[in-house]
Amino acid sequence: MDKNFLNDFPILRSQMNGHPLAYLDNSATTQKPESVVRSICGYYGGCNANPHRGVYELSVKATQVYENARRKVAEFINARPQEIIFTKNATESLNLVAYSYGLTNLHAGDEILITIAEHHSNLVPWQRVAQMTGATLNYIYLAADGNLSADDITTKLTKRTKILAVTQISNVLGLINDVKTLAAKAHEVGAVVVVDGAQSVPHIPVDVQNIDADFLAFSGHKMLSPMGIGVLYGKRRLLDEMPPFLSGGDMIEYVEEQSTTYAELPQKFEAGTQNVGGAAGLTAAIDYLRGVGFETIERIERDLTTFAIAELKRLPYVDLYGCDAANKVGIITFNVKDVHPHDVATILDAQGVAIRAGHHCAQPLMKFLGLNSTCRASFYFYNTRRDVERLIEAIQQVRSVMKIF
Amino acid sequence: MLENIYTELIAEHSQSRENRRTLPNATVKERGHNPSCGDEITLELAVVDGVIADAAFSGTGCAISQASTDMMIELMRGKTVTEAQKLAELFIAMIHGDITDDAELDALDEVAALKNISTMPARVKCATLAWHTLEQSLNK
Repeated sequence: MDKNFLNDFPILRSQMNGHPLAYLDNSATTQKPESVVRSICGYYGGCNANPHRGVYELSVKATQVYENARRKVAEFINARPQEIIFTKNATESLNLVAYSYGLTNLHAGDEILITIAEHHSNLVPWQRVAQMTGATLNYIYLAADGNLSADDITTKLTKRTKILAVTQISNVLGLINDVKTLAAKAHEVGAVVVVDGAQSVPHIPVDVQNIDADFLAFSGHKMLSPMGIGVLYGKRRLLDEMPPFLSGGDMIEYVEEQSTTYAELPQKFEAGTQNVGGAAGLTAAIDYLRGVGFETIERIERDLTTFAIAELKRLPYVDLYGCDAANKVGIITFNVKDVHPHDVATILDAQGVAIRAGHHCAQPLMKFLGLNSTCRASFYFYNTRRDVERLIEAIQQVRSVMKIF
Repeated sequence: MLENIYTELIAEHSQSRENRRTLPNATVKERGHNPSCGDEITLELAVVDGVIADAAFSGTGCAISQASTDMMIELMRGKTVTEAQKLAELFIAMIHGDITDDAELDALDEVAALKNISTMPARVKCATLAWHTLEQSLNK
């Protein structure tokens, strides 16, 4: 029997529209346990000062909180602390790589390879960088089961490919990409590998040495932390050679009237006062996740996913997308026939069930799948089978509320 | 709450096909889009001597946006451009909760039944999509 996680998440015991909340929008953001909320209050209540700057004790304390978070994150993904850059979220992390690494290293004739299943945050920056450098942006499309087309990987990953940017888990289909194999293939042709870990790092163990990613981006808020703290991991050799992304305070060594030398890693990429309270929250979140353990997290999410798919398949008026592949975790995308996803989400909301409806920041994927928008239910370890039952019960009401018989 | 939103009226108008077509004699064609949800409509008007002689639409969206578009088209047929602009203003004010007095909303006729949507902030943009599109097309 698993621990009753609800005791640690007061918000999950609250009501929505007069019903107990079934929070099934974890791919968008997760809820925060009390320990994370306490750590943020603890930082601002007892340790707040500008880190790295003051010589007084409080500033030293703030620096310790911040640098301790960096060590915690490094250990969590098996990297070195200098290779951990704090950002505000995965989007900023991916922009940092695109603008700092991409703009410096890409030239006309070079190719950037991404997948059609990317979130806009791992797509639009590459589009812009391609436009600015004259590089070409190519796509790996999907096979019938929703997984990446093996043919596309073989034919599109060539000597011209300088960057392969790929999500480890699709935020729409929930399918896990074998980024380790992809990275090995990309490295064979000399490409640098950028992994979007926004949906993977919270749910499965990610070891950057093992997958051999050159860059890994993820957000704190999708893994129990506050919003506004994110991470970019980069191999030291690459980060060292990259120019700064944002510039200003704290990222410098010497500033002259007309020139500046920059601080060492990781400060080179952390201009201005950073989100230390967020870093404190991220530390507490990692401690909490470690306490639960990825084995438990994966087991619970697999059980919920399998159970939900089986139940949804019994409803003849529900269309499921990417639900027949085995490499799936935590995310179920579906439609109720003849009902727009926003109407479905409103009807579920009235019964206390929170899901996402829309294009999920993946318009090119929607277009590829021939869909306008979909409903998405996404789980975290604190969800229960009762939440899934509530989802199913609410979906069973949808067509009658819409007067479709 | 749901029964006040997904009424017979909404069901009927969202499923109706009558006004979903293209106008061979269209004088105005305007696209409307809600980027956050992907709803998309193309509104067509045939304006003759300052009067909306006919109107139609195509596109995709939720029941609220589709019903609101369908009802708008029926209300606008036969109205002058100035009347149409005033009605669009009135409707948008109603959905934003700025005008709540039923007497004032009388001019909206059957469309006044969409008033309840003003209590659902997440769905306001669904209801107003067509009306903003209409305003844009008439201001040209």
